[in-house]
Amino acid sequence: MVKIPACSKTMRQNIDKLPRTYLDNLLSKPGPASDPDWVPGPETISALESSKVLGAGGLGCEILKNLALSGFKDIHVIDMDTIDVSNLNRQFLFREADVGKSKAEVAAAFVEKRVKGVKITPYNGKIQDKDEDYYMQFKMVICGLDSIEARRWINATLVDMVDMEDPESLKPLIDGGTEGFKGQARVILPTMNSCIECQLDMHAPRAAVPLCTLATIPRQPSHCIEWAHIIAWEEHRKDEVLDTDDPEHITWLYQKALARAQDFNIPGVTYSLTQGVVKNIIPAIASTNAIIAAACCNEAFKIATSCNPFLQNYMMYSGDEGVYTYTFDTERKEDCPVCGNLARNLTVNPNMTLQDLIDSLGERAEAQLKKPTLRSEERSLYSQFPQSLREQTAPNLSKKLSELVVDGEEIGVSDPAFTIAFKYKLIFVS
Amino acid sequence: MAERATTPPILQGPTAKEKKYDRQLRLWAASGQAALETAKVLLLNSGPGVVGVETLKNLILPGVGSFTIVDEANVSELDLGVNFFLEESSLGRWRAEETRRFLQELNPEVRINALEGSIDAFADHPRRLEQYSLILLVGPTRNARVLDRICQHADKSSIPLFYIHCQGFFSHFSVQLPAQFPIVDTHPDPASTQDLRLLNPWPELLEFLEKKTGNLGLLSDHDHGHVPYLLILLHFLNVWNASHDSQFPANYSEKKEFKALVESGARRNNSEGGEENFDEAAAAVLKSLNPHSISSGLREVFEADACQNLRPTSANFWIIANAIQKFQTSHNGILPLPGALPDMKAQSSDYIQLQNIYKAKARSDLAEVTRTIRSSEQELSRRLSIEQAEIEAFCKGAQFIKVIHGRPIRVAKCTAEIDWSDRAKALSQELQNPDSLLPIYFAFLALDRYQDDIDRIRTLRQPANDQQFNDILTGRVVSGAVPPLPTFAESAHFSTPAVDPEHDPKPWPRFDTPEARTAFDDVVKELDRADWGELHNIAALTGGMVAQEVIKVITKQYVPVDNSCVFDGIASKTAVFKV
Ligand SMILES: [Zn+2]
Repeated sequence: MVKIPACSKTMRQNIDKLPRTYLDNLLSKPGPASDPDWVPGPETISALESSKVLGAGGLGCEILKNLALSGFKDIHVIDMDTIDVSNLNRQFLFREADVGKSKAEVAAAFVEKRVKGVKITPYNGKIQDKDEDYYMQFKMVICGLDSIEARRWINATLVDMVDMEDPESLKPLIDGGTEGFKGQARVILPTMNSCIECQLDMHAPRAAVPLCTLATIPRQPSHCIEWAHIIAWEEHRKDEVLDTDDPEHITWLYQKALARAQDFNIPGVTYSLTQGVVKNIIPAIASTNAIIAAACCNEAFKIATSCNPFLQNYMMYSGDEGVYTYTFDTERKEDCPVCGNLARNLTVNPNMTLQDLIDSLGERAEAQLKKPTLRSEERSLYSQFPQSLREQTAPNLSKKLSELVVDGEEIGVSDPAFTIAFKYKLIFVS
Repeated sequence: MAERATTPPILQGPTAKEKKYDRQLRLWAASGQAALETAKVLLLNSGPGVVGVETLKNLILPGVGSFTIVDEANVSELDLGVNFFLEESSLGRWRAEETRRFLQELNPEVRINALEGSIDAFADHPRRLEQYSLILLVGPTRNARVLDRICQHADKSSIPLFYIHCQGFFSHFSVQLPAQFPIVDTHPDPASTQDLRLLNPWPELLEFLEKKTGNLGLLSDHDHGHVPYLLILLHFLNVWNASHDSQFPANYSEKKEFKALVESGARRNNSEGGEENFDEAAAAVLKSLNPHSISSGLREVFEADACQNLRPTSANFWIIANAIQKFQTSHNGILPLPGALPDMKAQSSDYIQLQNIYKAKARSDLAEVTRTIRSSEQELSRRLSIEQAEIEAFCKGAQFIKVIHGRPIRVAKCTAEIDWSDRAKALSQELQNPDSLLPIYFAFLALDRYQDDIDRIRTLRQPANDQQFNDILTGRVVSGAVPPLPTFAESAHFSTPAVDPEHDPKPWPRFDTPEARTAFDDVVKELDRADWGELHNIAALTGGMVAQEVIKVITKQYVPVDNSCVFDGIASKTAVFKV
C-alpha cells in the first residue's frame, strides 16, 4: 500500500489508487489483534453492509450518524419522542424549526440525505410496540434509552428470543447511557454474558423522600416541590393529568412550592429546580453523548466485521476529574430473573406485612418494581390486574408474611412494566 | 380548564437561551456558560481531520462563542466516507469552508469562519495565535518545526493548546496548559464535601445545642425523635469528653465506642424499635469526627511563591489564596466555613435555624477574608476590586481546589532526541508493563517523527512530481528512503533513524521484555493498518473527550486531564499519563 502523508495536500489527488473509504482499507488487512481465522476484504465488507441494525433512544442522533459512517447501510430507528427546544444543545440533527416534530423521522431523513447509500427506516413510537418478529430481523440492537424501564424491557425481550438451536436468534444488545460528564457503554450477548437485569444493582435509584417529611417537616426546596407535585396537585387538580411539559402546570407547581417554602422559611425554590425535580431532569451535554454513542457504535462495528475483538463487557467513563475509564467484565448472575434460573434468597421478618414487602421490592436496587404482582407456590398473594383479582387479594396486604407463606417458600414476583418474573425464596429471620 | 387562566406565566421565567441550554446549565451554571460564550477557539486541522470537526460539533452545540477553522485540504471521496459535515456537492472544494457551512447549521448563535492559509503560516507568524483563547491542533503537522513553533508560542502566551492524533482504532491528545492553572470550582462529589466542624464548634452553635439538648432526657418522644443528628453528635461528644479528659474519640476503636454511646441514647420502646435521627447520627460518626485538616492541593497553593508574594499584577486567585492562608493562620489552622448543611431528620424550624447558624458563620468568615483582600488590594494599588462572588466561591470550595502545572507538549523530531528530563524514569518503567496503554502515545510520537522524516526527505530530494515522491517513500527508486512505519518504528523508536548518519543513535525508550516490545509493535502495526485513515467512531469518541476537556479548561470548572490521554478502541479503555 502506498503511503500518503496525511498533511500533503497534493498527494490527495492520487485517490484513484486508494480504496473508496478508510473503512474498506482497514477491513482489507488483518491486524495484530484480529482473529487469525478472520478473512479480510470484500466478504467482511459485504457482511457489514448487509447487517440490518436498530438504533434507539436519546443518543439516537449520534448513533445514526456513527452507524451510517461505519458502513452499515440498512438502519432502523425507534423513538417515541418529539423534538423539544432543550434537545438542541446536543441532539445535533435537530433545528429550532423542527421543535414538535418526531425525532425518529427528522433524524432518519437528515442522515439519509447526508450520507449517500444509507437507508434509514424510522418508527415513531415505543420499543414496546414491537414484537419478537420485528426484533428478529436485526443483526443487533444499539440503544441509548433514557428510561430504565425501556432498557429492562428490551433486555428481557432479546433474552427471551434466544433459541439455542438457532444462532441467528442471538441479537447482541449494545447499551449506552450518560449523566453529565459521565456515562457507560456495555455489550450484552443475551444468555451468553451478564445482562442488563444482572447489572441492575449497579444503577441504584436515588432514595425517595419519605411522604411524612413532605407532608409535615419539609427542610429542603426539593421537599416543597415534591409536596406540590405529589400532594398539592392531587388536592387541587386531581381531575387533570399532570403534564410536566406544560409550562402552565410547572408554573402552578412552582408557585405552590414557593408558597410552602415561604411558610417554612426554606430558601432556594426556583422555576428551574421545580422543573428539574418534577421531570427528574438528568444533565446532558453533547460531548458525553458523543463519547458514549461512539463507544457503542465502535463495538457494533467490531461485532459486525470481526475486525478486532469487542468489549467484554462494560466500560464506565467519567470526565469529572480528568478522564477515567473502568473497563471490566461484569458477571452473570445465576439468580438473575431474566437470564438465570435460580431463585434469589430474600431475608424477611415474618411479622412484616405483605404491603411492607411490596414497598421494599420497590426500593431494592436489584428489583425496582413499582406495581408488582406476587404469587406463592400455592396461590395468588396479590395481583394488580384484573381488578376483580385485585379486590379479592387486597386483604392480604395487611396480613403478616407468616400468615401467607412458610419459611423457605418460593414466591414469584412480576410487574406489568417488564416481561420479567422474579423468583424469591423467603427466609424468615425475626 | 378554567384553572388555566389562573396561573399566568411567572415574570422571571426562563429565557429562550436558558431553555435551549437547560441541560448543560445544570452542570456549569450561568458563569460557565458566560465563559464559553466569550471563548475564541482556533482549529488547525490536518490529516482526514474528522476528529477536529467532531470536536467543534461538541463545542458549537453548547454555544462556545467563536471558531476559526484552518484546513488546507480539498474534499476528497475519502472524506465523504468518514466526515459527517460534508456532502456529495463538497467534493473537490475547500474543506475548511465546506465543514464551516455544515457546522454553522448546528447553532446560529456561534460565529464560525474558515481562514485561508496554512498551519505552517501560523508557525511562521506565531503572533497570529494571540487573538485566540484556545487552540486545537490536529497532528501530524507537516514537520516537527511547525508543531514546535506553535506549541512554544502558545506556551509563551499562556494560551491552552490541545494536540490531537486519531488514526485507526487509536487516538491521543495532550493538553498544554499555562504553568499555573488553578481551578476553584472542581465540582467534588457532594458526599465527600461535608464540613460540619463538630470538633470545632462556635458559640452560636453551642448555644443552639444547649437549647435543644439541654434536657434531652425530658423531651417528648416526638421531639426526641427529631433532634438533628449533628446536635446529637455534639451532645454525646460533651458526654464523652467529660469522661475522657476532654479528648475526642480519635482512633477507630474509640469511634466505635463512641458510636455505641450514641446508639445507647436512642429510645427503643416504639414501633420502629429505634429512632431515625439516632441512626443517622451513628452512621455519621466515622466520617464526621475527623480533625480539621487542609487538603494537599490547598497546602500546595499556600506554599506557592505566587501566594506568598503578592504583586500588583497577581491573578485574583492568588490574592484570595493569600487572604485565606492568613485566615487559617490566625484561626489555628481552621479554614473559613463553607456553610452547607446536609439534609437530616429534623423539625423544619430546627433545621432552618441550624442552617442559618452555619450560613451566618460562613458569612462572617467570608467577611473577614474579604477585609484582608481589600487591604491587600489597597497595598498593591489595584484598581479593580475582586468581586464578592469570586471570594465566596473560593471560601466554599477551598478544600477541593486544584492547581494544574501545565507542561510543554513533547515534540518528536527526526534529527533530535526528546529530553524526557524528570519523566524519563517513570515513563520507562510504565512501558515495561505489557498491559499499559502508554505504547499508544509513543506510537503516535513515532508517527510524528516519521512524518518529520518524510518532510525532511522531500525537502532534501525535491521530487519533481507526486509519482517520484511516492517512489522515494516506498523505496522503489532510491535506496535509503523512509521505510514503512512499522519498520521505521521498530528500528528507530526515538533514536535517530539510520538514514541520518551524522547522528549517534541512542535508543529510548527501551523495552526490557519481549512482551513489552510486542505490545508496542502491535500498536504500531494496528496504526499502520489504518494507513493514515480515521475511523468515524474513534474520531467521534475522541472529539467528545477533547470537547469535554476544552469545556473544563474554558469554564475553569471540573478538573482537566493532566496532561496526555490515549484511547484504545480495541480494548475500549483510556489512560492518562503525565509526560
Ligand atoms: Zn441476567
